[in-house]
Amino acid sequence: MALNAILITGRTINQGATIENKTSSDYQEATAYCELNPKDIGALGISPGSCVSVKTDHGDVVVKLKENKGNPDGLAFIPMGPWANAVVNPDTRGCGMPGFKGIPSRIEPTEKKVLTMKELIARYK
Amino acid sequence: MTVITDALCPFCGCLCDDLTIVVDNNKITDVKKACKLGSAKIMGHHRIKAPMMRNDKNSEFREVSYDEAINEAAIILSNSKRPLLYGWASAVCEVHKKGILLAEELGAIIDNTATVCHAPSTLAVHEKGLPSATLGQIKNRADVIVFWGSNPVHAHPRHMGRYSVFSKGLFTEKGRKARKVIVVDVRKTETANMADEYVQVQQGSDYLVVSALRAILSGHADVVPDTVGGVSKEQLIKIVEVLKTAKFVSIFFGMGLTQSKSMYKNIDNAISLTTELNSFTKCVITPMRGHYNVTGFGQVCSWETGFATAVDFARGAPYYNPGETAANDVLLRKETDAAMIIAGDAGAHFPADSVRHLARIPVVQIDPYWNPTTEVANVVIPVAICGVEVAGTAYRMDGVSLRMRKMVEPMHPPDTEILEKITERVRELRGE
Repeated sequence: MALNAILITGRTINQGATIENKTSSDYQEATAYCELNPKDIGALGISPGSCVSVKTDHGDVVVKLKENKGNPDGLAFIPMGPWANAVVNPDTRGCGMPGFKGIPSRIEPTEKKVLTMKELIARYK
Repeated sequence: MTVITDALCPFCGCLCDDLTIVVDNNKITDVKKACKLGSAKIMGHHRIKAPMMRNDKNSEFREVSYDEAINEAAIILSNSKRPLLYGWASAVCEVHKKGILLAEELGAIIDNTATVCHAPSTLAVHEKGLPSATLGQIKNRADVIVFWGSNPVHAHPRHMGRYSVFSKGLFTEKGRKARKVIVVDVRKTETANMADEYVQVQQGSDYLVVSALRAILSGHADVVPDTVGGVSKEQLIKIVEVLKTAKFVSIFFGMGLTQSKSMYKNIDNAISLTTELNSFTKCVITPMRGHYNVTGFGQVCSWETGFATAVDFARGAPYYNPGETAANDVLLRKETDAAMIIAGDAGAHFPADSVRHLARIPVVQIDPYWNPTTEVANVVIPVAICGVEVAGTAYRMDGVSLRMRKMVEPMHPPDTEILEKITERVRELRGE
C-alpha cells in the first residue's frame, strides 16, 4: 500500500541535541524518520519502526516510520537534516528560501535500508 | 575546579544567560540550568583534530598543517570567479566582521543560515517594519502569547519558562495562571498541547487565516467564509476577541510561516495584523531565531554593508537581492565556483541539488565538527567553539546584544585568526 501525503520538515529536540554530532548513530536516529498519524500508518499496512520510501518530484529517501498522533490525516513530518533534504523542493521562489514545507510526497513500505549520513552524501558526489 | 555562574548558552536564539558551568582541569564536567540542547553542545562532542585536505572528494583526507590548509583555502578562494561564503550563525560577531571583510576582498557573496530560516522575515520587515519589544518587556507585561508555526518545546525549550508562557514579571506576577496561550500550527505539537486555544491550520493556508483575522478585526466578519484554511469562522472570531481585549499581546513566529507557501508574504501579513491590533491594545511580534547568533550576523552585516544577508560584492559595492543572491539561488543556478562554509552546515541543511553542486566545486570548511559539509569539502580547518572556548558578542532573538563567556581554553585557533590569515594570504596571492 502507498500513501500520498503533504510533507513538512522541522526541528525536534533530539535533532537539536545531536546537531553537532552528525556522524553519530544518535543523529541518524533523531533525524532519519518520517512521522504519520496511526490512521495513515494503518493505511500503509506496516508497523512503526519499519522502513519507508519517501518520494517527491525532487528525490527519494528511505527513513524509519514513526507514529505521531498530533499529525492530521495526510501530513508527514521528517526532522530537518540530510534525509529530509534529499526530498525537499529546492525552488527558492524568488526569495532565497527553498521549499522545506508543503511538498507532495508518496510514501510506501520498502525492503531497502536507511543510508548512513556518509552514504547519503556520497550519492551527491 | 572552577564554577562559572551566569554563563551564556551558545545554542539557540534564547541566548539564556543564567547557566552554571563547572570546569575541572580545563574540562567542562557539569552544566546546570541549560536545556537538553544547550547542555549537549556545551558538554561537547567529537571534534575534528587537525586540518585536512584532499583533491578528490571521493578519496580520504590527509592531515596537514594550519599554514598549508590556510594557503590552499586562499588559493581556492582567490582563483574563484564567483565565491560563496556561507554559514556564520554559530559564531560570534567578531567572526562575522572578519568574514565580511574577506567577502569584500574577494568580491564574493556572503550569506548566513537565515537563508533557510528567517531571511523571508527580513524581506517582510523591509515592507512593513517590525513592531517588537525585548523579551524582558514581554516577560513583564504580556498576558496573551501566540506561537504561530513555532514549536518552542522542541526548538527553544527554555523560552516559555524564561520569557513567555510561564515567566513571572512586574505586571505578570501570576505567570501562566494569568496568561492566555494561543498556538497556531498544522499539527498538534507538544507546544500546542499546552495551549488554551489550539488553531489547526491546513498546511500552506496561514496567509488566508491571517487575512481572515484582519478582516474580522477591522469589522468585516460578514465577508469571512464559514471556514478559512481549515479554521472555523467561530474560532477566528473568538481569537480576535482574545487579542483585542488583551493588555499586551506577544506573537512569536517560526518556520511554519517562513517556509510555507507565500513565505515572506505570510510574515508581511502577520506584521500588518500586529500593527492593526495596536489600534486596540499593545501588540508585538518576534521571530523565533534558531542559532544563538543568527541575529548577530544580520546586525553586523547591516552595519557593515547596509544589508542583513545574501550580500553580493561582485560589483565592488554591496548588492542584495534574495531570490538572486541568496546561497541556494547561486548554488542551484550552478553559478558558485568555490565555497567557504563556516559555522553553519550547508551539507546537512540545503536541498539535495545545492549539495550536489557543492560536491562538484572546491569547498573550504571551517568548523569544529565533522558533518555533511565535511563530506563534500576539499580543505577542512578545525577551530575553537565560539561561546564555549572563545568569548565574543552575540545577539538574542529580540536584538539584545550579550557578551559570550569563554568557559575553557581552546585546543584549536579561533575563527577570527583563520579568517585574518586567509585574507592576508589572498592579498599576497593577488599581489596587493
